[in-house]
Amino acid sequence: MAYVAIADRDHEQEHHDPQTFITKYIWSQDHKVIAIQYGVTAIFVGVIALILSAMMRLQLGFPETFSFINPENYYQFVTMHGMIMVIYLLTALFLGGFGNYLIPLMCGSRDMVFPYMNMLSYWVYLVSVIILLISFFVPGGATGAGWTLYPPQAIMPGTPGTDWGILLMLASLGVFIVAFTMGGLNYVTTVLQARCRGMTLMRMPLSVWGIFMATILGLLAFPALLVSAIMMILDKTVMTSFFMPAISSMGQDPGYTGGSPVLFQHLFWFFGHPEVYIVALPAFGIVSDLLSTHARKNIFGYRMMVWAIIAIGGLSFVVWAHHMYVSGMNPYFGFFFATTTLIIAVPTAIKVYNWVLTLWEGNIHLRVPMLFAIGFVFTFIHGGLTGLFLGNVTIDLPLSDTYFVVAHFHMVMGVSPILVVFGAIYHWWPKISGRMYNETLGKWHFWMTFLGTYAIYLPMHYLGFQGVPRRYFAMGDTEFLPASAQDLNAAITISALFVAATQILFFANIIWSLTRGPKADPNPWDATSLEWQTPDTPPKHGNWGHDLPECHRWAYDYSVPDYPDDFIPQNVPADTAPVGRQHGVEEH
Amino acid sequence: MEIGLIFLAIMLGSLLFWLLKQTFNTEPWVAEAVEEAEYQAPFNAKPRIVALTTLLAVVTSFFALIFSAYALRMELGDWVPLTEPQLLWANTGILIAASLVFQWTRNAAVHEDATRLKPGMLITGLLTAAFLVGQFIAWQQLNASGQFITTNPSNAFFFLMTGLHALHILGGMYVWGRATLRLYGDSDNVRQSIELCTIYWHFLLLVWLVMFGLLLST
Repeated sequence: MAYVAIADRDHEQEHHDPQTFITKYIWSQDHKVIAIQYGVTAIFVGVIALILSAMMRLQLGFPETFSFINPENYYQFVTMHGMIMVIYLLTALFLGGFGNYLIPLMCGSRDMVFPYMNMLSYWVYLVSVIILLISFFVPGGATGAGWTLYPPQAIMPGTPGTDWGILLMLASLGVFIVAFTMGGLNYVTTVLQARCRGMTLMRMPLSVWGIFMATILGLLAFPALLVSAIMMILDKTVMTSFFMPAISSMGQDPGYTGGSPVLFQHLFWFFGHPEVYIVALPAFGIVSDLLSTHARKNIFGYRMMVWAIIAIGGLSFVVWAHHMYVSGMNPYFGFFFATTTLIIAVPTAIKVYNWVLTLWEGNIHLRVPMLFAIGFVFTFIHGGLTGLFLGNVTIDLPLSDTYFVVAHFHMVMGVSPILVVFGAIYHWWPKISGRMYNETLGKWHFWMTFLGTYAIYLPMHYLGFQGVPRRYFAMGDTEFLPASAQDLNAAITISALFVAATQILFFANIIWSLTRGPKADPNPWDATSLEWQTPDTPPKHGNWGHDLPECHRWAYDYSVPDYPDDFIPQNVPADTAPVGRQHGVEEH
Repeated sequence: MEIGLIFLAIMLGSLLFWLLKQTFNTEPWVAEAVEEAEYQAPFNAKPRIVALTTLLAVVTSFFALIFSAYALRMELGDWVPLTEPQLLWANTGILIAASLVFQWTRNAAVHEDATRLKPGMLITGLLTAAFLVGQFIAWQQLNASGQFITTNPSNAFFFLMTGLHALHILGGMYVWGRATLRLYGDSDNVRQSIELCTIYWHFLLLVWLVMFGLLLST
């Protein structure tokens, strides 16, 4: 009688309402406040990373024009842009932000299972962000080793930021992993233990499934990054030779003895590839819910969607070496990883088909969240298809380290998740803030961002085919590149600056909504999942007032035949639905 | 990376199997009254146990990856095997004893035999502290014989692995310290802490045995 124990827990667990401003908004243990803290911090560093990318693009589009960008700065911009976007923005925002906000609300719990640890998770994350930002201001500046931090160059003189920058970077990552682990234990335990009565695993909205699986991936994959960070710190500070080969630097012997840089690559990508899915799985889940809600149709193939998430999670651990085809590996090894990489396309394709089939003959409302969700399907298919190219060893070799790779991973794990982030913010904003945003401004924001990013990344594929290498500070004159390649680069820069500037619309909309936005309806989208059924909007501490909700159905009862409304919330009892939906009766 | 892969395959495999078992053969689109819907509380366990189990999975992943890095690095040319100090055998014995005493204390806590709790906790703490001191002396012995962390990659791994293991024990000692203080305070509600600590102690003993075996065999 496990559920009795869960129900009893609600009486045992006391939820003292926070009294003062400080306990309510700063040292808060409320998952919703922590989610907002995570979100604001992540978006803040994300804006810094956006500015860094604009600086990078200025140099690439118009070399020898800006005196304030030298090669050292440029590499620092590249490195910090990548690291911040992947880890401190996307991972933190999807899991710390949306995970925190949505898991307890969607599962019908009052809060995370360990609220104190949840609070600690945010503050430790903030410390990691502060360490990261300090590294810009230490002697030598931030590290410029590329976001992959490959040794030996990451800690050898010649690379920017080898004095303090790299150490602070590694320390910051270590602190981040501690923060993530504290949060992750909470997310997993809450999903497994604190769901309300009737909320079986297979009634959870796909958002929760995506976040849950991504958390498991993160918990198992981040240790690899931690191990490599610790080893690299030792290589740097006490001169061990885990990764550092016997190398001479500027005519001198720094004293390393035959370590293996490839060992670092294995460890890094053992984390690095699951990281792609740590970012993608929550996006998959959220997008499924957005599409279903705004198309007024149940998600196509819900069970398939869940199993695809599980399968992708498992497979993501056995594909890491496809990032290392050029490191000189045994051909059978490459063959193995090319095969697993192509296999992972199967569950991913299932998801894409199901999204498209969910839209098929749906009652599509092109509201702002829906636009972003459909935009995601486009960019994700696009990025996924180029992944098939790069997953094959023979095609990857010539394309490796070119703009084609840059275009691929920006489409698939840059633009796509960011579109979902925006879609999700627009979707849940009425619940989070209690106010509506400006629909027109939101649509402008979508179209300019969506078309703008295509203007950035589509041409990059062609530059990649031409052989333009990534990470170069300036191309100079080459035989194999026509002069028009540089014109294309300039056009990309203009698009990038345009897209970066467009994001002002988003912040303007947020500010407008917070100050003048009309009061939001508790359930403006007529959605079924539990977070829209709270007694208060925004939900108060404890979420559900006196009684916990009971869940009677899945989250996708849209347009149920013979039912007066076109949606049935999850907490509506089963007997209020017409007979045709009852257990044992065949659906037409 | 084989070791890491095997560990992860086992962990992920069992998790995925459990998830599939839970989700197979369900009809999520069918609405049912709550009374009929079986609540899928997974292990019938308390949240803290689930959280600790998850944490142990994370730590397992951490050490498994270090072991696989060890195995990969070992194959390179500059590797000179390290002769481990004999003291490690004594330390191993001490850690086993600590685990046994902790189990004895836990059993007392479960059977609500309050008389064994305080001595049990104190002896466990002393034994564990003795293990840490023993590890530190082993480090000193190595250094005294000219085996420093930078002398050879095998030394570097020895110091790294034993150091990280000791750090994990220190983390456990923090929780042990809090539980012991509460035991000497108002003395109620320590049972779960003791149970959780015992699991953690056994786990770290297991990690140490695997690590020691790996060090001895190479």
